[in-house]
Amino acid sequence: MPYKNRVAVVGAGLTKFMRRALETPKELSFEGAKAALDDAGLTIDDIECVVSVTAPEAFDGVHMNGEYIADGAGAWGKPYMRTYVGGGSGVFGLVTGWYHIASGHFDTCLVVAEEKMSPALPHPQGAFNAIYDQFTERPLGVNLLWIFSLEMNRYMQTYGVPMETFARVAQKNKRNGLDHPSAQAGVAGDFEIEDIMASEVMAWPVQRLMVSPISDGGGAMVLVSERFARRLSKPPVWIEGVGWNLDTSYWTNRDLYYPRYVEKAARMAYEMAGISDPKRDIHVAEPYDPFAYKELHHLEGLMLADKGQAPKLLEQGHWDRDTETGIPASPSGGLLGVGNPIAAAGMMKCAEIYWQLQGEAGPRQVKREVRRGLAQAWGDLMQVGTVVVMGK
Amino acid sequence: MFERVAIVGAGYTPFRPVTPEVSFRELIFEAAVKAYEDAGIRPNDVSTFVSVTEDYVEGTAIADEYVPDQLGAVLKPVHTVTSDGITGLASLVMQLETEQLDVAVIEGHSKASNIDYPAHIEAFALDPIFARPLGFHPRFVAGLEMRAFLEETGNTEEQAAMVVAKNRRAALFNPLAAYPAKLTVDDVMASPPEAEPLKRGDAASLADGAIVLVLARESQLSRVKGRPVFVRGIGWSQDSPNIEERDFYRAAYAQQAAEQAYRMAGIGEPGSEIDFAEVDDTFSYKQLQHLEALGLALPGEAGQMLERGVFDASGRLPVNVSGGNLGCGAAHDASGLRSVLEVVLQLRGTAGERQLPNVKTGLAQSWRGLPTATGGVAVLGVE
Repeated sequence: MPYKNRVAVVGAGLTKFMRRALETPKELSFEGAKAALDDAGLTIDDIECVVSVTAPEAFDGVHMNGEYIADGAGAWGKPYMRTYVGGGSGVFGLVTGWYHIASGHFDTCLVVAEEKMSPALPHPQGAFNAIYDQFTERPLGVNLLWIFSLEMNRYMQTYGVPMETFARVAQKNKRNGLDHPSAQAGVAGDFEIEDIMASEVMAWPVQRLMVSPISDGGGAMVLVSERFARRLSKPPVWIEGVGWNLDTSYWTNRDLYYPRYVEKAARMAYEMAGISDPKRDIHVAEPYDPFAYKELHHLEGLMLADKGQAPKLLEQGHWDRDTETGIPASPSGGLLGVGNPIAAAGMMKCAEIYWQLQGEAGPRQVKREVRRGLAQAWGDLMQVGTVVVMGK
Repeated sequence: MFERVAIVGAGYTPFRPVTPEVSFRELIFEAAVKAYEDAGIRPNDVSTFVSVTEDYVEGTAIADEYVPDQLGAVLKPVHTVTSDGITGLASLVMQLETEQLDVAVIEGHSKASNIDYPAHIEAFALDPIFARPLGFHPRFVAGLEMRAFLEETGNTEEQAAMVVAKNRRAALFNPLAAYPAKLTVDDVMASPPEAEPLKRGDAASLADGAIVLVLARESQLSRVKGRPVFVRGIGWSQDSPNIEERDFYRAAYAQQAAEQAYRMAGIGEPGSEIDFAEVDDTFSYKQLQHLEALGLALPGEAGQMLERGVFDASGRLPVNVSGGNLGCGAAHDASGLRSVLEVVLQLRGTAGERQLPNVKTGLAQSWRGLPTATGGVAVLGVE
């Protein structure tokens, strides 16, 4: 069912993604917010409310991190809300901004995403240990790679997917990332499949060039009501549907081969957008790709490919940026090609769909005509899906 | 303009200084079961859930991971609002007003007794470059603020102590309360100094507990059986995160949030249109400061009004008849929900021994605690 107060996207901006940024989290927020406001041709005085998203506070190392970055995000003295669903937060920021405006309470909302992972020493994977159950899992000394290796292995075994296929996802996204101005140094690149296959094994079957890097970065988008959008010269992009869904904490009790929470979130968004056949109605997608297999896994959860079919479609070039009949996936370069400052990476995915629909993606612009696209993120203990569908 | 949203179910555990017999999951479960029973729904009827929490006090990164199961929220839209309970409530009000979602649930809990050194956690909320390296105890922020507030407004330390005596005595009539006590102003004044003029007695102690509230939009009320209490107005705001940039004497965040809530509720004269209020009193002076920011007392007069009995249960504007955070215990981000809960119980006429007569409109206000300047205001009514 379409919602009543339509929400428009009128601007997006990103910082460069990098390792060990000299900027503080406040400054990364400021730079992202300023870039988005400039893109929209607005100033902070036009903004009625602010939403911020950052993932675990353990990275920034600040308790009540939302408060800390509030002034950088331009929220001083305004209604300000930080929402949070782990790795899904970046896309969820847009969902939060959506309900601020779709409710009828506000006409303009600035959504700011920020992540600074590099302060965690000696390595942010240590902070990831704290996401596990404190009694049953944390004492094992596990980190994030460990859980992904289990999920990847399950997906591989279920469908008999060879390692080369996952290497091909990394190759595609890292090549796409070469055209992204925010791409982190050394992350995008023109790699051969053999290079990727020969990269270091982190936690089998996860290999280094199939994992997104540790990143710092910020980004923001400007959302406005239909009434406000009509006053601006540029035609907006509309948020047509949003969805989010959280599965059980007990991930050990789930079959990891399929992300059913992503499907649930996608169904919620498709229903709101009036989409009955996503394979036909979605023209460009930014599925969350922190690991190479996740892109395929998520494309299936989003119902853009039948179960087990995403790897075959990859081989046929269905997800390539220059496909004419397929659905370009991660034309931005994704997390594998641009970088993964968690919440800001989700925002980067939303921004890419906005730019693709506006025809402003420059060298990253997909070949086929696009009228509708989606961005998706995922997080928590392989547990949450967040989806935003945008259209012209 | 908006479809109205009502609170239709409330569930809660008692607040206690320590709860070694239950985990945070079990606390949430108990509150959730009671809330669903009260609203006459099953968790499957709920379309969206919000949890108000903050990682550092949970001891878990991405704490929302551990919310869904005990709340009946598996494979449902769930997210965290990392703010006080009333800001979380605002999230649900907006979600319901999109008319895409029908029934909503908010969860707030505290397992503060698991934290060995709460001040160490609070210190992590200070600016990591400018303030934290100085190594001071975060409570000094409250001391500075109390001094500035008393000096600027003319309220007195004794009046602040009177807040403590009154609220903790009121808590004797609240079975939920963790810290009821018969104290005198002299007892509070004689308690050891923490950050002068702040004394130990001026500060609320932490407590464990959980609160779950069920909300529905007006057109969906036939689906629930709980007696509705309408959210007439809601607001949330914050002052500068930098402690050196604030006007310490006033609570600008509460004033801004109140303006937003009053505008939505169509309230022009809060002093006469609000029948009673639950106001944050994490520190004694905060109650006086908040009453002035909310327009429920003129600047500088909150203390005198307190002395005259205006804020007594039998007064013109009863304040914190629940016992407040001083009497019930501070429960991190669940504190705001506890204030809302008291207003709901009073408006439904189910507050037991402490029931106020003839109340139709109540106000709940929250503050996030040290060292923030963040808070929310909700105006609730039965009409």
